Amino acid sequence: MATDSEPLAEAVSRIEPGSSIATGLALEHAIPFAAGHELLRQGIDDLTLIGPISDLLFDQLVGGDAVSAVRAAWAGNVSAGTGYRFREAVEDGRIEVEDHSNFSIALSLKAAAMGVPYLPTRSILGSDIFERNDRFLESTDPFTEETVALIPAISPDWTIVHAQRASPQGDAHLWGNTGITDPAVGAADNVLVTAEEIVDPEVITSDPSRVAITREQVTAVAEVPFGAHPSPVAGYYNRDNEYYLEYSQQTKTQEAFDEWAETWVYGVDSREEYRDLVEADLSITEPTVAAEVQYGQ
Amino acid sequence: MASEYTDRELMVTAAASEIDDGDVAFVGMRLPLIAFQVAVSTHAPNAMAVYESGVVRDSPADGFIHTMCDLPNLNEAVSTTGMIDIMSRLQRGDVDVGFLGGAEIDRYGNLNTTWVDAGDREIRLPGSGGACDIAAMAGRTVLLMPHEPRRFVEEVNYVTSPGYASDGSARENHPAPGGGPSALVTSKATFGFDDAGELYLRSLHPGEDADEVLEAFPWDVNTAEDVGEGSVTTTAEPTAEELELVRTFDPDGFWT
Repeated sequence: MATDSEPLAEAVSRIEPGSSIATGLALEHAIPFAAGHELLRQGIDDLTLIGPISDLLFDQLVGGDAVSAVRAAWAGNVSAGTGYRFREAVEDGRIEVEDHSNFSIALSLKAAAMGVPYLPTRSILGSDIFERNDRFLESTDPFTEETVALIPAISPDWTIVHAQRASPQGDAHLWGNTGITDPAVGAADNVLVTAEEIVDPEVITSDPSRVAITREQVTAVAEVPFGAHPSPVAGYYNRDNEYYLEYSQQTKTQEAFDEWAETWVYGVDSREEYRDLVEADLSITEPTVAAEVQYGQ
Repeated sequence: MASEYTDRELMVTAAASEIDDGDVAFVGMRLPLIAFQVAVSTHAPNAMAVYESGVVRDSPADGFIHTMCDLPNLNEAVSTTGMIDIMSRLQRGDVDVGFLGGAEIDRYGNLNTTWVDAGDREIRLPGSGGACDIAAMAGRTVLLMPHEPRRFVEEVNYVTSPGYASDGSARENHPAPGGGPSALVTSKATFGFDDAGELYLRSLHPGEDADEVLEAFPWDVNTAEDVGEGSVTTTAEPTAEELELVRTFDPDGFWT
């Protein structure tokens, strides 16, 4: 259980080399890029990354030589298609890849979150995702005798989530789509929450239906405004589309990536400093305010 | 009828026409993002879109979207839930139509977005995302691809997203529970799939020649006449209204 929020560097330093980490769980929304860059700065390596559509964070961690294995449904750059650091590392055999579909990785984490060894599905049968992975089994439903695929549980050492706001103890409000955040939080041994804002606990308890993570699930909490840039965060900022296109142009070789990372990762000491690098205006122009809800007694 | 449009604008409107009013459509990346918005703005006002990130929408986004998670797609959505919820609806059989793209397709509509054979080496692509799930479990799927010969292969190198079985039994002997591909829309033509699960030429986009279109395939592709599905028609051009919508939803032509 987290007892108080701490600086991002301190929170990330709890993660040991060789850890498995689930992240990028809300798909292209609220990806914890700041935490990922801090992993690179601290040289925490030999990581196994777990996720659905990973977008660029996995590519950046692979480019920074922090990754030994990826268990994911998709790794690349959503706007530009290819993640060149991921692609080269896989083609060269430098990282192991376990291919999933979005649902199979979701079910892997859900099984762990439910405390069961596997979950059955009608998906992935007839695909090479199933055929080329010895961990998936074909089985017969004992009740109906239909064919199903069995997806074994995955329990990450860490799940990293970026939230809109959290209490200092780690109770977190999320809104917008959540992808597989919920099962990944439930499946993990440790959870790191980075939040746009640390708020008074009363803000959180005023709206318990919006709480997606509670303190006893959380190991560390850090306030990191702008912590998901270039991905969007509902209510805070839009997606920085240009960044994705420029990243694609600027990371086609390892040397080019190293130069890119010097500017965007290793050359900045804090998220405030990082923010100065971003020129795009990503501010929310048409805020939609939810209608007031009442709980009460 | 619109006078000038790009191949991709036509692909968007052709894909949009595959969404029926009242359908639940599973919308993925790229062109389908725009196609759903066109469909719900024209002939399918009661269609609903579900996105694997958890978004459920019944209306176009008020702003351009690069991804399903861009804030205009979350803003005023009907619901922003999670993936287990969306994929469970798919698995139950509640999704009528899903959209998929691929680097490679074979004659039975199997798609590859994982490993492409480039002769002396294999090229690694990003992988499935939700594509395998949609291909396996949607009521029907509509496939979208540029019309390029390297994309049409006898047998895909890796089945990321299953189409039909290659033994002519379509989905009968196939473990995937969904209905399988119903159409392939390329930049030159639209193809259907016959009872054996093999693709055939259904319509040519305006100005295209059948021989040239079919030259891109390494096998002899059947036509609508060959499989008893009427005759090869001409794909409807985008209407002026549709074209205006496409350009409203994608003002800088990023996807189109």
